Amino acid sequence: MDRRRNRRRRSVIPGFGITLGLTLTWLALIVLIPLGGLFLKTAELSPSEFWSIVTGTRALNALKISFGLSLVAAAVNLFFGALVGWALVRYEFPGKRLVDAIIDVPFALPTAVAGIALTTLFAENGWLGGLLAPFGIKVAFTPLGILIALIFIGLPFVVRTLQPVLEDLDTEIEEAAATLGASRWQTITKVIAPIVLPSLWTGFALAFARAVGEYGSVIFIAGNLPNISEIAPLLIVIRLEEFKYADATAIAVVMLLASFVILFAINRLQRWSATRTGHA
Amino acid sequence: MMRLLVAMLAIAGWVTSAAAQNISLLNVSYDPTRELYADFNKAFAAKYKAETGTTVAIKASHGGSGRQARSVIDGLSADVVTLALAYDIDAIADKGLLSKDWQQKLPQNSSPYTSTIVLLVRAGNPKKIKDWDDLVRPDVKVITPNPKTSGGARWNYLAAWGYAAKKYGSEDKAKEFVKNIFKNVPVLDTGARGSTITFVERGVGDVFISWENEAFLAINELGKDKFEIVIPSVSILAEPPVAVIDKVVDKKGTRAAAEAYLNYLYSKEGQDIAGKHYYRPRDPEVAKKYENIFPKLSLLTINDDFGGWRAAQKKHFDDKGVFDEIYSQ
Repeated sequence: MDRRRNRRRRSVIPGFGITLGLTLTWLALIVLIPLGGLFLKTAELSPSEFWSIVTGTRALNALKISFGLSLVAAAVNLFFGALVGWALVRYEFPGKRLVDAIIDVPFALPTAVAGIALTTLFAENGWLGGLLAPFGIKVAFTPLGILIALIFIGLPFVVRTLQPVLEDLDTEIEEAAATLGASRWQTITKVIAPIVLPSLWTGFALAFARAVGEYGSVIFIAGNLPNISEIAPLLIVIRLEEFKYADATAIAVVMLLASFVILFAINRLQRWSATRTGHA
Repeated sequence: MMRLLVAMLAIAGWVTSAAAQNISLLNVSYDPTRELYADFNKAFAAKYKAETGTTVAIKASHGGSGRQARSVIDGLSADVVTLALAYDIDAIADKGLLSKDWQQKLPQNSSPYTSTIVLLVRAGNPKKIKDWDDLVRPDVKVITPNPKTSGGARWNYLAAWGYAAKKYGSEDKAKEFVKNIFKNVPVLDTGARGSTITFVERGVGDVFISWENEAFLAINELGKDKFEIVIPSVSILAEPPVAVIDKVVDKKGTRAAAEAYLNYLYSKEGQDIAGKHYYRPRDPEVAKKYENIFPKLSLLTINDDFGGWRAAQKKHFDDKGVFDEIYSQ
């Protein structure tokens, strides 16, 4: 009792009631009400209609492409984002600030611009596409193109969630491990990994969530062929063009639920890796 | 007190008279009309100012035709719409924003200019493409936007369908034919402009099924010696329609200007601007001036050959229609 009063007095922001009330109101206005509208629109459909829409070949393929490629893209970003984050925190090199600033470009760039730029680059007559074409590798207008767009837009998430954690991680800890006789591998798995893993999972989850909903950059590079390179957000747009609002929201609801389940799983994983190693 | 009242009245009078002197119109249009309306809006504003003393500021919004129609349905307050096909305006009419017989209100099915669908190939025509038949050859890559998201692409699709139906005389053959064309399509862009860029800038594909005006634009603006237009033996008369959105103009009080705006499209000057931008003018006199540009073609029409847009839409482009069948196997 005594301790609690003590904590309350020390709090900088007054009024738990007011802040929570404002938080919930704001959350409802910005997130919950629009989402509620989505579910309401879907409710126009009977359960069997809903089921046949979301299990149609085309919808299933689109969802598979969106979620599958998003997971792969997030995994690639997990690895290379960690690498980039490590290099930026641990080493000094000329132009470091510039590189650091460039990481944020995918955050700020309008996605359509990213899509057009990537397509120009990777089309068969583009700089990179032209180099790959002789090897029979086609990037633009294939699922590979989608993957590259998704990697591009997801990169900053892993780097930016990892960076502060790495900055807190003093080299002394590694040196201490070394003096206590740990091998390099032991230092990585037993000392560094436990500290950085939770933030890596967070970055992975954010990159994944962003990729699932990505539209602007992808449609330019995707080719957009049904069942092959058609992403779920495009299928939603197509249903809207047919003036079928309920069909569109049905697919959106499935995406939302699937994303939620996957994010929840990642969250559990993150907590598990945190508690297991005692860095909660 | 009295003075204040007078001052307020004066301000109110000034405000209302200013409102009468300056009006703004929003024209919600589709992708390949950017250049046309940029020109036309200037000409109309000048003429309207000269005739009525009113300054009209015209804003134009461009995008895929279906998406534009949806914006209007969802509340974008367009005074006029100038879209790629009548079906999109029908959809707006279905929501009660204008009367269902809108297409009878202006001459010529409310389509002041027409176009058609042609084939754009690379210079020298390396794949020797002469007609629709060549588009089903396995060695030919075809570029067209997605008929689901692009109004223009629906004209493309129907032109090909109409050719096959005429030549082979059966629906099944026509379906097979169109299916084989789409087998050769490596990229389905969401709009006509996107497809132009894919073909012209990215160098993808051997032939681009295109609006005639867009094909001319590609040749003139983007590469004079890089492309050639191939005229297919059969094509379709594309009639992009225009309409005043009754609900919006009555609320905004812009009906007179909006109607004058659309009528001006039918005037000699309006027709000439359309011709300059490679849309086929309806006015026979103006059309004569451009006759050496536009080749004569055997043209199908949406009303005679497909039973109107509603029927064509339902059969071919709606969910589980023929187009979906093509991609479902």
